[in-house]
Amino acid sequence: MNLFEALRMAANGLLANRLRSSLTMLGILIGVTAVILLVAVGNGASVQINAQIQSLGANVIYVFPSNAKSTGGVSQGFGTGSTLTQSDVDAINTQSAPDVVAAIPIAQSGGQITYGNQNYFAPTTGTTTAFPQVRDYQLAEGSFFTDDDVNSRHRVVVLGQTVVQNLFGSTDPIGQTIKISRQSFRVIGVFAAKGGTGFGSQDNVVVAPITTVWAYLTGARGKVISQIVASATSAGTVTQAETEITTILLDRHGISDPTQADFQLQSQQDILNQATSIATALTLVLGAIAGISLVVGGIGIMNIMLVTVTERTREIGIRKAIGARRRDILVQFLIEAMVLSGLGGALGIAVGALLAREAPNIPAIASSSFPTPVVSPSSVLLAFFVSVAIGLFFGIYPANRAARMHPIEALRYE
Amino acid sequence: MITLERITKTYRMGKVEVPALQGIDLHVGEGEFVAIMGASGSGKSTLMNIIGCLDVPTSGRYLLDGTDVAKLSDDQLARIRNRKIGFVFQSFNLIPRTSALHNVEMPLVYRGGDAPAGEGSRTSRATVALGAVGLADRMHHQPTELSGGQQQRAAIARALVTDPAILLADEPTGNLDSASSLEIMRLLAALNAEQGRTIVLITHEQDIARFARRAVELRDGRIVRDEKAA
Repeated sequence: MNLFEALRMAANGLLANRLRSSLTMLGILIGVTAVILLVAVGNGASVQINAQIQSLGANVIYVFPSNAKSTGGVSQGFGTGSTLTQSDVDAINTQSAPDVVAAIPIAQSGGQITYGNQNYFAPTTGTTTAFPQVRDYQLAEGSFFTDDDVNSRHRVVVLGQTVVQNLFGSTDPIGQTIKISRQSFRVIGVFAAKGGTGFGSQDNVVVAPITTVWAYLTGARGKVISQIVASATSAGTVTQAETEITTILLDRHGISDPTQADFQLQSQQDILNQATSIATALTLVLGAIAGISLVVGGIGIMNIMLVTVTERTREIGIRKAIGARRRDILVQFLIEAMVLSGLGGALGIAVGALLAREAPNIPAIASSSFPTPVVSPSSVLLAFFVSVAIGLFFGIYPANRAARMHPIEALRYE
Repeated sequence: MITLERITKTYRMGKVEVPALQGIDLHVGEGEFVAIMGASGSGKSTLMNIIGCLDVPTSGRYLLDGTDVAKLSDDQLARIRNRKIGFVFQSFNLIPRTSALHNVEMPLVYRGGDAPAGEGSRTSRATVALGAVGLADRMHHQPTELSGGQQQRAAIARALVTDPAILLADEPTGNLDSASSLEIMRLLAALNAEQGRTIVLITHEQDIARFARRAVELRDGRIVRDEKAA
């Protein structure tokens, strides 16, 4: 008996009970649709997170003050110390660090921003002139501040698009004066939108010379540098650049044991890896939940195959009488179960892919930050083979029961 | 063709052993047309199951076409059934929702790829078999679209398509009206007379047994009469 014969028999058996076959198939169809769709959503989230992090710059390295153990061996925790200084930044910029393009200090300050009767909250970032280069910002209008602005503590700011929209609406912001924590600042430039929604929107920024921030905004906290941001020559040289920065800073801080360092480096790559592993876990959990419905569908197949085998006992008897071996009967019913689940799986993939494709067109989803589902070819292949395997797994017991029937008893069955 | 030596078969029903056959010696030669008769409970169904290789005897020796089949495994018996025996049942036993042609092809499907070469394709052999029983014009009909007599003729075509050593007919007219019965028995008699087909017919009806050329009567698991027709 060849495969073609077996498939013809299976089709015959399935067509005999169209409604029953369709309903059983529906169980697998729904399961596979759920797997495809949920995994696509997980993938979509992963793609979205990656894109956001990539837009921050894949070659960016952050240096945070941390674990200042020199103060009596008490660890003060991540980002709590104030061990970084402007001289550290200068050292990274001037000493031999071939894989580092530039380093900038960052001083963060919160504060209410007002313009006319509009007010808005955005963090104010104090930094130096290399900021657009290091963080990869383009100017849409006006200009960035100069070294002279930094040296003279000029009260000038450059705004991100989100801030502009919230404060100015359609008014041209260049040359206008805004107030941050009741101090006046002149807007000299506007960044082009970088995109990215949700966490860490990069358009919700106000950038000012670091000296200005120290002088007018951070107040009593003094000349604190909350982090140093450096850019490597490319994403591929991030690791070397990290080593160079570590060496320079350890040397400057007089620390010989790297484990005792009073600063900590984190690259965009590290963040990306963390986010990716979270997204992968999310995808797995979603897939596993959907997988449960596949198992339920498989049990449905087993159930129906048991009924079919009992109903067709006489047919099995006839087939055995005219020379079908155990294997022939086994294969017949196994293929029937596999066609049922495989067809259900194929239809489920089609429905799942269609839903994933149409999801961004649904207004409620389009207007939210819900990730666009991404159907990966591997999940399609996997879903198909898993559904066929489910037919095989749940079909074995009923098919074996059919194959083991005694011909005489099967023929006598009414 | 068929040689049964001291065949016994005992069924176990709970703790009670029920002897169905108690030492059957029977020889059926090539080209014979034998009717096995007996009342219900005489053991004729058991005998037919053993002759048809659907069951194995408790003891004794059974040679079918030179092969000792008393001790074969299930799959080996299936192979023997496929190649050497053609079954015709009382209730026709065609596979539902399957055309007469496909039903007749079925034994060839299970025969696998090792059918002798030059015998033609399955479909053409099945068509020939259906033609031989006068059903060529209805071969694409499903069993439910055929009359009882036509279904039984399709079943005979299915039994013949593998060119078996014996044709085993178990009450082939039991579910038919008298006109169809006559038609079927004439067909069987003709197969025996014209093609020399060996036929073993199981029946409890004298009228039907008359078509055979030898009558064997069973009672309580033993042969009590074995005579050739005049």
